[in-house]
Amino acid sequence: MLLEQFAGPLLGGVLIGVAVSLLLLFLGRVFGVSGILGGLATPVKGDTGWRVAAVLGMVTAGILMQVVSPDLLVGTTTESPLRYIAAGLLVGFGTQLGSGCTSGHGVCGMSRLSPRSIVSTITFILFGMFTVALWRLAGGAI
Amino acid sequence: MKLIGAAFLSALIFGLGLGISGMTIPAKVIGFLDVTGQWDPSLLAVMMGAIIVHFVSFRLITKRKSPLLAEKFQVPTRRDIDWKLLTGAAIFGVGWGLGGFCPGPALVSVASGQSSVVIFVVSMIAGIYVYKFFDRKFLQEKGK
Repeated sequence: MLLEQFAGPLLGGVLIGVAVSLLLLFLGRVFGVSGILGGLATPVKGDTGWRVAAVLGMVTAGILMQVVSPDLLVGTTTESPLRYIAAGLLVGFGTQLGSGCTSGHGVCGMSRLSPRSIVSTITFILFGMFTVALWRLAGGAI
Repeated sequence: MKLIGAAFLSALIFGLGLGISGMTIPAKVIGFLDVTGQWDPSLLAVMMGAIIVHFVSFRLITKRKSPLLAEKFQVPTRRDIDWKLLTGAAIFGVGWGLGGFCPGPALVSVASGQSSVVIFVVSMIAGIYVYKFFDRKFLQEKGK
């Protein structure tokens, strides 16, 4: 049962590790999604092509999975727009201010043993945990 | 162009990895953050799998003089921990805990067509632009 529970996550994690390594090998870049998006928001000439390709790659992966195995994209239990507007704004703003997210800091930065990324990852995980705890306390639906 | 193809391919694999790992299911992410409730440690296995692979690859790859398709490596070199890093991480963490989405999984999940994801992504993009404005108006002028 333990193996079954962790098989998907572990395999997925390995694929993520391979993917970020490929971007580093081919383009010499860090696979940080928030960084990729930030660079599209304030585009620099000649530096947007690969970013658009990366976004399309992720969206395409989603389309493939939606067709083949839509359970992988099982959505949210509540559809409250306000919750997702707030969440989106905070994630968008915070990742830019903090120079990264789970891919940039959590995977790439931590793999480099970057002190900034280690601190960032611990911080955003802690605040995430804190937020969920408060949400539960307030009786919110998960 | 090879560059575009490589970026697309790596992002495709990244997206598939996210899906297989369960990170595209907000309830699973929130489950990992739900320390006072039903804790689901799966996300740990995702990070471990990714970091173990990339930790080794990073060292091997950066032994090269240059990437395969680009002139040089562009890996961040800063080591200082400043207020922006901490505050940004805190704000991101709150948003992540609130919605159960972070940027990558959200983009991948757009294909599901669910309104919550679409709303999240649009708001996230708005949040990015808000930051850019905030940065230009308040931070850059004061040299922060």
